[in-house]
Amino acid sequence: MSTLDPHEETVTTILIRGARILGGAPGDILLRDGAVAEVGDLAGAKADRTVDADGLIALPGLVDLHTHLREPGREDAETVETGTQAAARGGYTAVHAMANTSPVADTAGVVEQVWRLGREYGHCDVQPVGAVTSGLEGRQLAELGAMADSAARVRVFSDDGKCVSDAVLMRRALEYVKAFDGVIAQHAQEPRLTEGAQLNEGEVSARLGLTGWPAVAEEAIIARDCLLAAHVGSRLHICHVSTAGSVEIIRWAKSKGWDVTAEVTPHHLLLTDSCAERSPLGPYNPIYKVNPPLRTAEDVRALREALADGTIDCVATDHAPHPVEDKETEWAAAAMGMIGLETALSVVQEAMVETGLLDWAGVADRMSVRPARIGRLAGHGRLIEPGAPANITLYDPSVRQPVDPAAMASKSRNTPYEGMTLPGRVVATFLRGRPTVLEGKLV
Amino acid sequence: MKRHLISTGDLTRDDALLILDTAEELARVSERSIKKLPTLRGRTVVNLFYEDSTRTRISFEAAAKRLSADVINFSARGSSVSKGESLKDTALTLEAMGADAVVIRHGASGAPHRLATWVRGSVVNAGDGTHEHPTQALLDAFSIRRRLGRLEGLKVAIVGDVLHSRVARSNVLLLHTLGAEVTLVAPPTLLPVAVETWPCQISYDFDAVLPKADVVMMLRVQLERMNAAYFPSAREYSRRYGLDRDRFARLHDDAVVMHPGPMNRGMEISAEVADSARSTVVEQVANGVTVRMAVLYLLLGGSEPAIGGAE
Amino acid sequence: MVTFFMSDARNQARAVLEGPDIHRALTRIAHEILERTRGAESVVLIGIPTRGATLARRIAGRIAQFEGIEVPVGAIDVTMYRDDLRLRPARPLGRTELPPDGVDGRTVVLVDDVLYSGRTVRAALDALNDVGRPRAVQLATLVDRGHRELPIRADYVGKNLPTSKSEKVKVFLEETDGRDAVVLIKEDGR
Repeated sequence: MSTLDPHEETVTTILIRGARILGGAPGDILLRDGAVAEVGDLAGAKADRTVDADGLIALPGLVDLHTHLREPGREDAETVETGTQAAARGGYTAVHAMANTSPVADTAGVVEQVWRLGREYGHCDVQPVGAVTSGLEGRQLAELGAMADSAARVRVFSDDGKCVSDAVLMRRALEYVKAFDGVIAQHAQEPRLTEGAQLNEGEVSARLGLTGWPAVAEEAIIARDCLLAAHVGSRLHICHVSTAGSVEIIRWAKSKGWDVTAEVTPHHLLLTDSCAERSPLGPYNPIYKVNPPLRTAEDVRALREALADGTIDCVATDHAPHPVEDKETEWAAAAMGMIGLETALSVVQEAMVETGLLDWAGVADRMSVRPARIGRLAGHGRLIEPGAPANITLYDPSVRQPVDPAAMASKSRNTPYEGMTLPGRVVATFLRGRPTVLEGKLV
Repeated sequence: MKRHLISTGDLTRDDALLILDTAEELARVSERSIKKLPTLRGRTVVNLFYEDSTRTRISFEAAAKRLSADVINFSARGSSVSKGESLKDTALTLEAMGADAVVIRHGASGAPHRLATWVRGSVVNAGDGTHEHPTQALLDAFSIRRRLGRLEGLKVAIVGDVLHSRVARSNVLLLHTLGAEVTLVAPPTLLPVAVETWPCQISYDFDAVLPKADVVMMLRVQLERMNAAYFPSAREYSRRYGLDRDRFARLHDDAVVMHPGPMNRGMEISAEVADSARSTVVEQVANGVTVRMAVLYLLLGGSEPAIGGAE
Repeated sequence: MVTFFMSDARNQARAVLEGPDIHRALTRIAHEILERTRGAESVVLIGIPTRGATLARRIAGRIAQFEGIEVPVGAIDVTMYRDDLRLRPARPLGRTELPPDGVDGRTVVLVDDVLYSGRTVRAALDALNDVGRPRAVQLATLVDRGHRELPIRADYVGKNLPTSKSEKVKVFLEETDGRDAVVLIKEDGR
């Protein structure tokens, strides 16, 4: 097989044969000039190359609203290059790179650097998220306008990792970004209620003697911010919703017609706090330590239902790479977070499709269309129709395989699914008509 | 099989009784002039203490030495976390020293579980964060049984800062396994959320529990908790949850008073109660050595451990 | 651990001593002790738990019956002194109970049910050493089955029982097992 030069400008046509678009009947897809040229029975069509997609599902290229690429600053954990490789392997064509790097992405300079690195490597589009406050310190607004006007055209702003807990600052941020159609993505965590918090506050934390992380610490901020967004008529996005109570509040806010959107991570759709107590990897294994913490089975059920009925708009990975030494420690000393780009689609299949809660059209909506819309990414999240940008993921839902951290493209290995068997495999990813992944391997 | 003593929840009733019965026999050894037994000759026990706890360390050290084990004291005071060697690297060092057992005291809940994944020897939890302190619970049960002759059916009140107490967690699990009825008594702020799922009763009212109790176990309450608004003042805490002379008088005649130490005299327990004949505070210390001998013997004495949870 | 003898397809068991035999053997041992210690003067009987302790009490009973003397009886658990601890999982401890006056300056007659390798007796001698300084130590055993691995011999033997190493000798006593018998168990397939 010939390798295509990612920077090749010349016109290439690719014919994808026999793909089931959104899980429907098999058909062909012709890609030309970075766009979808034709869809249907294209038996006589000619192309520079043909990809056999028999039995594969074609989805619009996935869009992640919440990725930690760690560059600049923590290149030992991940870089833009390895993170976007992981994204492509997971079927993503665009990721939003969170701002909590070092230096923090709180200026036009930093966001442009990240954006450019993404373009250079070309595995997927990197859309930087700007910090809401300078240095994520929660004291002073960062130069939101400058970031919006930069080459990176930042539209999503977040202090993710930290909550914008000051109500006045949050209100101003929500108001200010209206000028350029921005959105504040809130990491909802009331700081005082979560001092020293380690694990969802409940039965498991009580038994393990780990400082509890109450659901109310998330829910209180979400409630406040929904009310603030309504008051100033702004757009609010809630990061990684993790509790049943949060779902109720968001459902209520949406019922009022307020412009509130929300995401859920794959791990909150599949894992519970009991992982910290009972897992094949032993109790207190910090591989399960994450912010927000894994919650209860009841919360998982509520989150799945909310994602199915649209109360939660999308799945976002919160891909958070950490080097081995930050996880091979006592629980309290370990870093929070888990990688997720390369397993997201499989986890969603397991949690949502196999359970009958979502069909593949629903998966496309929650993992591509809606996140692109929230992030205002015009070139992504378009259904596979003539004229749409040729961002496509080919996925084989029929296989089941054990998760092997060593085989991942991410620089880090902190996947909570190690040893688990998950369904599905990304076979190919196309970014504007150019394959970034073929036969499961990076191009 | 590799087995450890990390949580009293891992002990079956038979395991727990075997430890107590073994301790009972070993207590006789402690009474004679030659207290040393050759049983663990050639075995190495490492005391890995990340927190200052002279009494617990000395107790384990005496237990290991009376069984003729080689004892290495590894004091890693302060935190391995913020600076210096990681717990894993320390574990690998101990492994290289050929530790047959590692007795670990650590400020982080779950540290012994983590350690157990990195060393081949048995891990004995000497107190981890706010999780468990199984040998303390075993010596408490031993002390109760010696005083009252049984555990089955006894009413035990555990009073104080349950939320932050590893002693309370270990005791609830062990005493339940051994058939005692435990009631936790504390202000609601000092009880964990979901405590109702534990195998015990809960009460906010010490005076209501007092007359029925066969055993009253007072937990240490740290004054710092006051600053975090767990209770308004030492005086109010003491008035509502302290074991003073008046409350002591309302205990029934055979009831015993326990405290894992160190005590805040005048706070959770008054001096005269602590020093009374019905207080087991002093014998708890002696029993500690005996019970720890039993644990070390049962874990290390044979070809494989006779008690404990597998990793 | 075998706690009760049973004969199944694989094992063949044969009683080599029945209740009356055991009775006679203990009576003889009691007489021999009286003879060899000039009327059991300053003798202390120390049994090795569990069955050795029972036998020691029975012998003391007979001595009391014959001579009207109360010989102090005790038990000494040797588990913690064994040299084969690491060959098996740690086992429960037996009870050590010394007579109030101890063993210092006394003639201690150690009593065990079966004398085999001699390792239990060696452990008992060590254990004894940690609780006092007897004037002399003698050994009484109900059955001597041979195969000594240490330079140890019994002063009083109920019955010499030639065995092969593949056989097991099991002693049952009324007090612990509900009946008196010494059983030889032959394991098949060896």
